[in-house]
Amino acid sequence: MIVVNERTRLEWRDGMTAQDVLDAMGYRFSLITVTINGEFVPKDDYDEHRIPDGADVRAIHLHHGG
Amino acid sequence: MTEGLFARNVPGMRRVLQQACVGIAGCGGLGSNAAVALARAGIGHLILADSDRVELSNLNRQYFFQGDIGRNKTEALSEHLKAIDPDIRLDVHIREISPENVAKLFGKADILIEAFDRADGKMWLIRSWCMAFPDRPIISGNGVAGLGRTNELGVTRTGNIIFCGDMESDLDLGLCSARVAIVANMQANVAIELLMS
Repeated sequence: MIVVNERTRLEWRDGMTAQDVLDAMGYRFSLITVTINGEFVPKDDYDEHRIPDGADVRAIHLHHGG
Repeated sequence: MTEGLFARNVPGMRRVLQQACVGIAGCGGLGSNAAVALARAGIGHLILADSDRVELSNLNRQYFFQGDIGRNKTEALSEHLKAIDPDIRLDVHIREISPENVAKLFGKADILIEAFDRADGKMWLIRSWCMAFPDRPIISGNGVAGLGRTNELGVTRTGNIIFCGDMESDLDLGLCSARVAIVANMQANVAIELLMS
């Protein structure tokens, strides 16, 4: 089991990637920051970056304004 | 003229903050207000970077005045910060921040405050900082637009990335002075807390 954005629980499977999590969540925003257990994951690595079981995944949508 | 300037600080604050360096990436609504809060807190060293000049439309939320219009934001802000603490050390970069120069511009900073207006900029700045300095915190303003809803503003931390804001409002709502300044001061407050810990 992994937890996404401190709310949603997803069943973990072997080989699961950051991109799999984004797909499962239906997140298609381009302006997003992803961390796995607090570690930043570059966009280019989403397809390769494996998620460990029990991971704390954050997918944070960035908003204009400042 | 600085004796007693920090006399009302939390005990021990000045001693620690005097040794610290914080980068301010963007000197607009978030950056100018966060920089002022950090100067008043007794931070020793700030790195300011922005290529823009002050425009009249900035004055609804940014720490500038009528007489600053047309000046480089970093230069005008430097003057205001020195007017608070003449001893503050400032590194000023009047240039566009890019993914290629983040590490060079802010390499001396213990913490970076992300103070961009555009979300795409926020994204590459977080990426560039995390790739260059994975052990150093970046504090981002995310969701500052609209008015009111003070209780929806919060701090979200994941690793060394800390977000301040409501995490959902976007620019189409417009920007309100008080709400932007609250988030900027939250960013400064988090920076102070991290440095003190």
